[in-house]
Amino acid sequence: MMIGLAHQITSGIANGSIYAAVALALVMIYQSTHHLNFAQGEMATLSTYICLTLIDAGLPYWGAFAIAVAASFVMGLLTERILMRPMLNAPPLSAVGVFIGLLLLINAFDGWVWDYVIKPFPSPFGGSNAVLGGFVSPHELGETAVTLVMLVAIYLFFRHTTLGLAMRAAAYNPVSSRLCGVRVNRMLGLGWGLAAAIGAIAGIMVAPIVFLDPNMMGGILLYAFAGALLGGIDNALGAVIGGFTVGVVENLFGAYVVGTELKLTVALIIIVAVLLVKPAGLLGRTVQTRV
Amino acid sequence: MHRDSMIPPTTEDGRVTARQMAVISVGMVVMVGLAFVASPYHLFQLTMLVAYACAVLGLTILTGINGQISLGHGAFFAIGSYTSAILMANYGWPYWATIPPAAVASALVGFLIGFPALRLGGLYLALTTFSLAVAVPQILKVNALEGLTGGVQGLTTDKPDTPFGLPLSSDQWIYLFTLAIGAVVFLLGWNLARGRTGRAMMAVRDHPVAAEAMGINLAALKTRTFAVSAMFTGIAGALSTIAVQFVAPDSFNFLLSITIFVGLVVGGVDSIIGALFGGAFIELVPNIANDISKAAPGAIYGLILIGFMFLMPRGVAGALAGLGHRITGWRPLAEAAPVAVNVAPAPDSAAARSAQRR
Amino acid sequence: MPALLEARGLHAGYGQTKVLHGIDFAVEQGGVTALLGANGAGKTTTLRAVCGLIRAQGEIRLGTDRIDRLAAEEIVRRGVGHVPDGRGTFLELTVEENLRLGAYTRKDRAAVAADVERIFGYFPVLRQRLRQQAGTLSGGEQQMLAIARALLVKPRLLLLDEPSFGLAPLIVQGIFAILRRINVEEGVSILVVEQNASLALDIADHAYLLETGHIVMAGGAAEIRRDESVRRSYLGY
Repeated sequence: MMIGLAHQITSGIANGSIYAAVALALVMIYQSTHHLNFAQGEMATLSTYICLTLIDAGLPYWGAFAIAVAASFVMGLLTERILMRPMLNAPPLSAVGVFIGLLLLINAFDGWVWDYVIKPFPSPFGGSNAVLGGFVSPHELGETAVTLVMLVAIYLFFRHTTLGLAMRAAAYNPVSSRLCGVRVNRMLGLGWGLAAAIGAIAGIMVAPIVFLDPNMMGGILLYAFAGALLGGIDNALGAVIGGFTVGVVENLFGAYVVGTELKLTVALIIIVAVLLVKPAGLLGRTVQTRV
Repeated sequence: MHRDSMIPPTTEDGRVTARQMAVISVGMVVMVGLAFVASPYHLFQLTMLVAYACAVLGLTILTGINGQISLGHGAFFAIGSYTSAILMANYGWPYWATIPPAAVASALVGFLIGFPALRLGGLYLALTTFSLAVAVPQILKVNALEGLTGGVQGLTTDKPDTPFGLPLSSDQWIYLFTLAIGAVVFLLGWNLARGRTGRAMMAVRDHPVAAEAMGINLAALKTRTFAVSAMFTGIAGALSTIAVQFVAPDSFNFLLSITIFVGLVVGGVDSIIGALFGGAFIELVPNIANDISKAAPGAIYGLILIGFMFLMPRGVAGALAGLGHRITGWRPLAEAAPVAVNVAPAPDSAAARSAQRR
Repeated sequence: MPALLEARGLHAGYGQTKVLHGIDFAVEQGGVTALLGANGAGKTTTLRAVCGLIRAQGEIRLGTDRIDRLAAEEIVRRGVGHVPDGRGTFLELTVEENLRLGAYTRKDRAAVAADVERIFGYFPVLRQRLRQQAGTLSGGEQQMLAIARALLVKPRLLLLDEPSFGLAPLIVQGIFAILRRINVEEGVSILVVEQNASLALDIADHAYLLETGHIVMAGGAAEIRRDESVRRSYLGY
């Protein structure tokens, strides 16, 4: 029983690291544009497909990984430039429409190019089948480590580099940023590129566990939203904590309360509960409530 | 365009003119007449067109006229569908009697969802309804409810027979029945939109603070709008069950909610008659698209959403408005007074560009 | 003395509302110019037009270059520091981060460090609050921080929008004294917009009076100060 519980928790943390990464990407976009990127999951899936294609073409795993992540960075830059910048001052409905449209488009593209057949994805850590110490697989361990390293790197980047500072400033206060000479539009593009790259890493890390198909990130996106809201949609640290929390809660609830068939409903309940009780989330600033 | 308003603030005029009555009458005659000339398959398509039009109408009321974004209306369609199916399959109810319970059930759930929705601005409501849409198939498959819902396999119902010995085939009767219910739904929706309630809904959409200051009870209005919107879409679900005689959880996935949303955008977000175009779009396009490839419907929807948001924010109805005006006499209401553009827009933003042009 | 900043036929507004109706003004090299006027006269709009936050019609020259078509972030790099109304502080960031942002466009780290030291000389309280979140500073301290941020741009021209707003008289006097020092010791030209005419005229060489988007009076600060109608309407005696 204890081993079961321990496994649920570590598995939850492993899942949570993925949600935390995607939640971070969502929060980064939200902070700079006040829009929710509904297409975040699909962008990650596309990058994962690209990685798989490169691996199948013969590239070593980490080489394919690096190229796919770089490609997703560029994709993020382009998406911001072409689709998002015109939408900056648009009413919420227009932005929602464009993001959903992007979600559909990428999803269809994935299905068209790579087919809807579920594909296995290689793990560089020794696979999900072997089990260490009885409750965590090498891949879960490895992917949690990779994600944590990435999150720490991002934190250091934003806290301690001038570019990171400029990006934060551009998100908090674009007008004052421009008065300091910060090229806000460029920062926006970089933010999108970085968010896309983070999503790509999450997708590549989770694919060996859930297998790759065009809809791979659907549920994960939902959990990431729940985590981001829980932590505070405008707070990056909150998003990360929220993501990990949702991962553990989802696993525990799924194992001991509602059964795995209703796990997505847990995400829905978390979202509704947070929005009803404390819309700002655990760490966020108070959100204006509109009546 | 004021940053907080949901959509371009124009709608159809509220008053009914003789010309509009004429157009509607002609339209109804044509629709009824089709029952006698269409093949069984086309009759089925027309039936589904009317049902989907009602589904889109629900969203038109909620999003177009009242400004609350819902990405999860498939849930209400599912509620209506399953209510009808459960009553028919498990309890032997006649098909026509399942419409009111389906309406009530969806209205109730809509009302309940309307409450937390009050606290959510556009984006968060979109997110919540998005989550609802994703979670619906799982909820429908729950083991505990399998006795009622039929679980993964779903439920089948009987095809309605032509009553009173009328000289009509089943398909013709089902079509005319659906048409009749649809006409009632559209009449209700149209009355709602062009009356005081409709104007109140639009006021809440465009200037919520001012609306409240003028005495409109925001909470009551928004929750009731949610209920009515859910009811229309729920009725649509029941109609579709009657026509298809089969429900299963995976038919009510996220894509259904998106489809209704796309129908809304295509037809014209705030246009009653646009809902008809939306219904036609939903019934006709995915079928054609599926013949091309499995990926085609998604791609088409995606391109349409992005394209329409950029190019045709008022949809087909909006684009035809100028032409339609001559035929039907519909005129858009006066545009909401232009509000000062953001004080310090980014140099290449649309707002700055339009400020430059003036 | 040649003008550092010159504006000719400046029209600007927001959406359909026209605010400035073709104004001309200049800031002398090394001088202090005051732009006076009541609420709604268009003073803030003028500053925003100069630093590129809003588009305007007309000609604006900084030195020999035209800047009226440039984006704000490019104008900043030409040597214009703007202390906006409301201070524009990055409330979520620390004082230190605010200052670092001011120096964002500069590559010369040693010179920046020297400038920071000099700024701490003007505003010692900023050194004390370096690691504090900027949003927790008092109004006066935030004003000092805003000025410091603009100074770190190493501007030739400093724009100030209502620096006295919401501040206690003693603090305001201190700030204006420092502005005078900055102008004299560092040769930074200043364009200050103020509702508090007396304060502004104390440190200014030249002044303009703006009323509903038109310049109605222009001249040396002393003569503006002596003018009968200005005394009545803006100086209160």
